[in-house]
Amino acid sequence: MNKDLFKNRHQVIQIIIAFFAVVFLLRLFYLQVVDSKYVSLAKNNAIKELDIYPTRGMVYDRVGELIVYNEAIYDLMIIPRQAKEIDTAKLAELLGKTKEECVKQFKDLPKTKGFSRYKPNVFMKQLSLRDYSRLQESLYLFRGFYGQVRTIRKYPHRVAATILGDIGEVSEKQIETSAGYYKPGDYVGKSGIEKVYEKELGGRRGKKLVFVDVHNREMGSFNNGEFDTLAISGDNVIATLDIKLQEYAEQLMQNKKGSVVAIEPSTGEILALVSSPGYDPNLLCGAVRGKNFNALLTDSLLPLYSRPTLATYPPGSSFKPIVALIALHEGVQGINYSYPCNQAYNAGGVIVHCSHKHPSPTNIQYALAQSCNPYFCQTFKNSLEKNAGMSTAQSYDKWVNICHSFGLGIKTGIDLPSEVRGNIPTVNYFDKIYGANRWKFATIVSLGIGQGEVLTTPLQMANIFACISNHGYWITPHIVKKITDPVSNKDVTHEYEKHTALIDKEHFIPVIEGLFEVVEAGTAKAARVEGITLCGKTGTAQNPHGDNHSMFAGFAPKDEAKIAIAVVVENGGYGSTYAAPIASLLVEKYLNDTIATKRLPIEKRMIETNLLSKYGVQTNKSAGMKEEGEE
Amino acid sequence: MARKQESLTGKIDWLTIIFYGVLVILGWVVIYSSSYSGDEKSIFDSSINSGKQFQWILASLVLAAIILIVDSRFYTTFSYVFFVLLMLFVVLVMFVGVEVKGQRNWIRIGSFQMQPSEMAKFAVSLALAKFLSGLNVDIRKWKDKWRVFAIIGIPVLIVLIQGDAGSAIVFVALALVLFREGLESYYLIIGASIAVLGVLALLVNKFILAGVLLAASLIAIYFLRRNKKLALIILGLWVVASSFVFSVDFAFKKMKPHQRDRINVLLGKEVETGKDWNIRQSIIAIGSGGFIGKGYLNGTQTKLKFVPEQSTDFIFSSIGEEFGFVGSAILIILFLGFFYRLLYLAERQRSKFSRVYGYCVASILFFHFLINVGMAIGVAPVIGIPLPFISYGGSSLLSFTVLLFIFIRLDTQRYDVMR
Repeated sequence: MNKDLFKNRHQVIQIIIAFFAVVFLLRLFYLQVVDSKYVSLAKNNAIKELDIYPTRGMVYDRVGELIVYNEAIYDLMIIPRQAKEIDTAKLAELLGKTKEECVKQFKDLPKTKGFSRYKPNVFMKQLSLRDYSRLQESLYLFRGFYGQVRTIRKYPHRVAATILGDIGEVSEKQIETSAGYYKPGDYVGKSGIEKVYEKELGGRRGKKLVFVDVHNREMGSFNNGEFDTLAISGDNVIATLDIKLQEYAEQLMQNKKGSVVAIEPSTGEILALVSSPGYDPNLLCGAVRGKNFNALLTDSLLPLYSRPTLATYPPGSSFKPIVALIALHEGVQGINYSYPCNQAYNAGGVIVHCSHKHPSPTNIQYALAQSCNPYFCQTFKNSLEKNAGMSTAQSYDKWVNICHSFGLGIKTGIDLPSEVRGNIPTVNYFDKIYGANRWKFATIVSLGIGQGEVLTTPLQMANIFACISNHGYWITPHIVKKITDPVSNKDVTHEYEKHTALIDKEHFIPVIEGLFEVVEAGTAKAARVEGITLCGKTGTAQNPHGDNHSMFAGFAPKDEAKIAIAVVVENGGYGSTYAAPIASLLVEKYLNDTIATKRLPIEKRMIETNLLSKYGVQTNKSAGMKEEGEE
Repeated sequence: MARKQESLTGKIDWLTIIFYGVLVILGWVVIYSSSYSGDEKSIFDSSINSGKQFQWILASLVLAAIILIVDSRFYTTFSYVFFVLLMLFVVLVMFVGVEVKGQRNWIRIGSFQMQPSEMAKFAVSLALAKFLSGLNVDIRKWKDKWRVFAIIGIPVLIVLIQGDAGSAIVFVALALVLFREGLESYYLIIGASIAVLGVLALLVNKFILAGVLLAASLIAIYFLRRNKKLALIILGLWVVASSFVFSVDFAFKKMKPHQRDRINVLLGKEVETGKDWNIRQSIIAIGSGGFIGKGYLNGTQTKLKFVPEQSTDFIFSSIGEEFGFVGSAILIILFLGFFYRLLYLAERQRSKFSRVYGYCVASILFFHFLINVGMAIGVAPVIGIPLPFISYGGSSLLSFTVLLFIFIRLDTQRYDVMR
């Protein structure tokens, strides 16, 4: 029996070997044929999708001046595993540090977030081209170090921050709504043109598939780049701004709170849009953005607040042309309607005073030139009460509608991220406060002189004067003229809507004459410029929180106006004190390109005027901030 | 002289040589693939592994030729001398060798490194064959058993002291030889039971396991209650088995963390990420090969160094990735055929010496194959031993060549003498 067993034992051994071979074959069949998950696991392992970022589009002004571009800066990167025998003393010297600082930096490196010995880590951020080129010559001495280029936005004119906007890291919400396009860490426009035209400026990201090894190092392209896509550069934006005018306006507005809005009436193109105090847009570029942004955010002067589209003021006397136009259009009074000015107007017990002494107006032109308060109270009264067959409420409703047709109380539709509608109170509004039919002209008399509930933005003010200069139409104000594809050089030009004011054309002539008189011989004589037919209207908006706001809105020349402008200087007092002279200087600069010698003292006075003490501060905070790359 | 050569070539088992040649060339080609990085270096370029392996192949062929020319009596006569000399050499290396990957068992000649402990395999095989072929030697006698265990145990001990557990465990393979030569079957049964119980002890709660064993024993005792002696034996077995289960658990807890992790990975238990990295990457590489593979030189996982030791211990993952199930299956069948051929050759030997030696060769090669491929596909423990003739490495190729060709030489002279 034993002998037999011996004979069979070699078969037992054969069976054992065959058994394991079959086990292996089954296992391999399962791994390689049945279970398909390993194919994708391998792919995830070895193939990595890299993003190729397009260059962001540039921005030019209306005459082709470059106002936003990309600048290369360098991050000094280190791959720790490769960095050996580093001469820290020499490196420190090249980086302008002490040796101790440098050694400490090496020591702290592994503590930084996302540190890897195999992957590039930032050793020093944001070296300027100058610093980097000095370092680059010796970089070969330091194994494992290299410079990585990044781009940041640059604003060479250092103005128009609120218009141009800024870019920053994409928000969680945007990532969610982008259907997978944006990734954390991507940069997108956060305000201004950068935000509104993000799609055009941003371009389209490209994709590159590469093999990576176990340490995530790139080992060459996948399938010779068959599945790669190129990045599409962002389009260039041609802005409507005249950057020289913008710079000049910001200079005139320095150390004052307020706004300037200049529009080309025939096209609705914004020539200048100033929010003062502003800040250098370069402060919000690159790594310093967070720090500077917070400082600007907490500045009591609110430099981040875009006043031209967000701040609302009672327009004061600047509103009177509209009151006049509606009355003429409704036929409730003629051009030569006269009303005696005895320095005060009694509207059923409410007394409205006239701001200065002047002879009683015998026509609408003179009333505008002298900005006569009683005259316009009466005009407003006529509009509400003399409309044949209409109640006060019905007349007021019509009045409100006409105001809306001027772009008041509604959004103008400008291509900036945020805009408010101001306020033209409606019939409903008064019905709610006083009850239906329980209010009459006397209740709302102050609207006739641009006070009370009526509120306008500086943009709306400039826009209504553009409309007046056009004899009754306005084009949606806009910042961007056209979009250019930098590769094909093809332009995309937007069509902007033309809006018509509900006023018959002929009524504009007398009103424009009146506005011309204002500057020639009326309240804005200070703004008169020889050789320029500037038409406009001062305004002094009452301000419950302090000194009155100084305002001026107008256009020039009288016929075929090239520029409509509104200037607001907060707490500047009378319109003729600051707003009118500043507006006249801007108009002169835009039309003549220079300031007449005899007006230079005015220019000097305007530039030097400092109202900061009125706002309870001594200096403009943003002046002391540092931009990226600044030591 | 010429006639003698002719008769030698006529007697050589060319089928075995063909198996050998195919495996060596296949290995060389795969080593080229796993060291290939797209920079178009030649397979012969000695700056990469395949070029070095080529030189080792040439050296092996020279060595094989020498072995075939030398009369086989040289090996039979000096079996013990080889054994003693090689043991001394291996011990010597512990003091004069260089350290590679934490194991001080390498010697360096020029730019080449060698691991003498590889040579211990053939020394033990010769010594074992010599001893078992002795007159009146019967493995079932305790006296002879102890000697057999000493021949195997001494090199195992030395290799273990050197810290090379992988090489040591290979000697387990010789259990098959002893089984063939008459070792009582229950040794294998006990060995298998220990293995099964050991695995269960790690997988199942030890109290539950002991409880289940007790229940099984009680049921058995109930049916065997008339045979009191047998019932007593079963009870005794239960005590032994239970204490074994508890001691395995205890030993496991006493182990070093990395050893514990390796065992846990094997048993499919959760371990800290990264610990099962090697096996996982190897399985991904093999699994991603699919049915026909990604094509030669087109493997991504192995090329990009996701799989560690890809030209040595994990070379099978390169084959699995690039040649798919078809290629892997062919390799396994090739090995199976090779082993069967060796077993056939061993069985046809007239001398006991040659048969024992043949079984030693087959068992050792099989065990390497079993562990190496099993590890790569995740069914065997992670033990770093090479795949015979395929893996990169001079010492392993040379030692397997010596091991095999001595047997081929013995086979050519199987009719000459009775040994």
